[in-house]
Amino acid sequence: MTLTDTIGAATADDAGTVAASGASAADEHRLSQLEALESEAIHIIREVVAEFERPVMLFSGGKDSVVMLHLAAKAFWPAPVPFPVLHVDTGHNFPEVLAFRDATVERLRLRLEVASVQDYLDDGRLRERADGTRNPLQTQPLLDAIAGHRFDAVFGGGRRDEEKARAKERVFSLRDEFGQWDPRNQRPELWNLYNGRHRPGEHVRVFPLSNWTELDVWRYIAAEDIALPELYYAHDRDVFDRDGMLLAVGPYSQPRNDAEAASVRSQTVRYRTVGDMSCTGAVESDARDVEAVIAEVAATRITERGATRADDRISEAAMEDRKKEGYF
Amino acid sequence: MSTPTLPAPVLPTGTLLRLATAGSVDDGKSTLVGRLLFDSKSVLADQLDAVERVSRDRGLETADLALLTDGLRAEREQGITIDVAYRYFATARRSFVLADCPGHVQYTRNTVTGASTADAVVLLIDARKGLLEQTRRHLAVVSLLRVPHVVVAVNKIDLVDYSRDRYEELAAQIRETARSLGVADVHTIPVSALVGDNVVERGEGTPWYDGPTLLELLEDLPTGDDPDTEAFRLPVQVVLRPQGAAPDERFRDYRGYAGQIASGVVRVGDEVVVLPSGRRTRVAGIDTADTLRAEDPFAGLPEAFAPQSVTLRLEDEIDVTRGDLVAAATAAPDLTQDVEGTVSWLSDRPLRPGARVLLKHTTRTVQAVVRDVVGRLDLDAAELVPAEQLDLNDIGRVTLRLASPVAAEEYVTSRRTGAFLLVDAQDGATLAAGMVGDALAAARHPEQRPAQYAI
Repeated sequence: MTLTDTIGAATADDAGTVAASGASAADEHRLSQLEALESEAIHIIREVVAEFERPVMLFSGGKDSVVMLHLAAKAFWPAPVPFPVLHVDTGHNFPEVLAFRDATVERLRLRLEVASVQDYLDDGRLRERADGTRNPLQTQPLLDAIAGHRFDAVFGGGRRDEEKARAKERVFSLRDEFGQWDPRNQRPELWNLYNGRHRPGEHVRVFPLSNWTELDVWRYIAAEDIALPELYYAHDRDVFDRDGMLLAVGPYSQPRNDAEAASVRSQTVRYRTVGDMSCTGAVESDARDVEAVIAEVAATRITERGATRADDRISEAAMEDRKKEGYF
Repeated sequence: MSTPTLPAPVLPTGTLLRLATAGSVDDGKSTLVGRLLFDSKSVLADQLDAVERVSRDRGLETADLALLTDGLRAEREQGITIDVAYRYFATARRSFVLADCPGHVQYTRNTVTGASTADAVVLLIDARKGLLEQTRRHLAVVSLLRVPHVVVAVNKIDLVDYSRDRYEELAAQIRETARSLGVADVHTIPVSALVGDNVVERGEGTPWYDGPTLLELLEDLPTGDDPDTEAFRLPVQVVLRPQGAAPDERFRDYRGYAGQIASGVVRVGDEVVVLPSGRRTRVAGIDTADTLRAEDPFAGLPEAFAPQSVTLRLEDEIDVTRGDLVAAATAAPDLTQDVEGTVSWLSDRPLRPGARVLLKHTTRTVQAVVRDVVGRLDLDAAELVPAEQLDLNDIGRVTLRLASPVAAEEYVTSRRTGAFLLVDAQDGATLAAGMVGDALAAARHPEQRPAQYAI
């Protein structure tokens, strides 16, 4: 089922919806854990729309942004999602994810803005890194897009369980006129009274999924029957070994040496995160549907980023350093 | 270096408990949190590898579990916790959101942040040092914020030779201090976060302790408030009117008032009052995206309760906008332009009478002037003492005059509609956490506190 199918056609007594699955909890006027997380996220999204002039939602077609957009659609239904979406395209994205992104945007009749890292490389504003990864290069196009469109609130799908620096970030996270995050000087965030006031030139990053874990996201995807790009489920793909990760053989990730070339084989894999092809690894998996993925995630011994993101392995504080500069 | 083996994982089910931890410098709080995460099987292999690698680089013999939570460069360099870190773990019975708050006095504002949403606070003390000023401050904060449950973990019990006498002495002091500050529900547990005694597993060194371990206690605490005992309140966030953008004809004239229920239960047909206008009407429907997608899109829910996010349809066409409060007509709050409240001052700049600020209450923000600083809480005496101004980390009582009325209710009876922020109108900084009414009364005269204060 597609995102709009879910929003447009599902019935309330679908056994799968979060609301229905919490029926027993509702008897005693207590929300289940997923219901509480959904209500909190919808509250956050509505607050932003009410208090900011020009919000935008980051949307890559990755599972967290798909869930966040699904929540946005639910927050305003039967009115449309009242803001555009923004994708920072590294130029190294999986083609099937870009196709999914475009189809989703089309169905929800959203406006898509694309900030292209490739454009910056082509005209010399950015230079390719020696290691070939483009994730750190996304910061400048992102900040330019925010400034150019005068976006004052930027929704991101970041979760606090992902990474130690993210674990420190507020739901409403103020960025200065250079887009920088100052982790030592964050605003206190009290009750559910989110303070979005900022000076001209500053903006606020907002994370409605702050309190969700990877497992919560998958359980919600199952409960709401949310469609994802197929590469989140097990499929056969040509991969090779690099730094303990499985990278896809593709236009943006080729074996660099004999050892890598010798390791090329077809394997049954899936992706736990979806980003830049050149630094996002697949995991060995035979989880072909959402229930199998939930079982796999519940049993895994490696974090999502540890398993699949080369860029976070650079140093203990790689994410903190990128975030301070204005990264997601 | 010994590598603790990784326990098997569990799939979370059940309810969500929001926890905050607080303590003083070096009382081992990050170690306790690390222990809770590790022993509850919430630490994954690559996280543990990283902790062990860094511990080894520092010449430590065992993995320093504090490194699991101290994620910022400055925290690692100084070996202290600077800002609230949120952690997630689950047992077979319940999921937890844990706000790990820093201990250093200059970061008290972050403790206020963590405690404001907490169902329970775990407060650490060092068994060797006993109760410190910071302990009293934290107990005062959890009392003022009306955190439903407080657990005091008497840590480093191994360093006082597992002395039962020392534990009993501290437990008595804690109960007395908690009582004097008006903390309603306090538990004490002897633990060693480093060794693991009584955190998740029972400790061998404390055969004289027959209470629950920390995790057992946390699994059993009731969550949040009970909507059935509260009056219905819904602050309106946005008005949903799709008009020409409606997905089909049936929704062209739809008009709904969306918000998160702050307290209580609402049923279709209930009489409600919209504030500040005072107009009365009835609830015609309670919608969510799920019910609006059903075969009969306007069947809606028969009832809804806090903290659900819903959209209300009202019987009469009355003017309702963001910032309005929809309340049970039978138990409507009063409107006021004069607010007397208790504030936890969070800014470097002192608060003085005459200051012009913004007051954010539910979904409404109004201009306000500080009329008077009535006094400041002296933590040692648990008394309000006269004060000219409030400085960073002070807790005090102020009176405010508002530019337009709000439905401010006593914080002791309603956490959601009794809470407010003071905000700097120029730079947008959050200046204070505010609680309507004489929240200090509980601290000064616990025997006189309102009956509703009891949990």
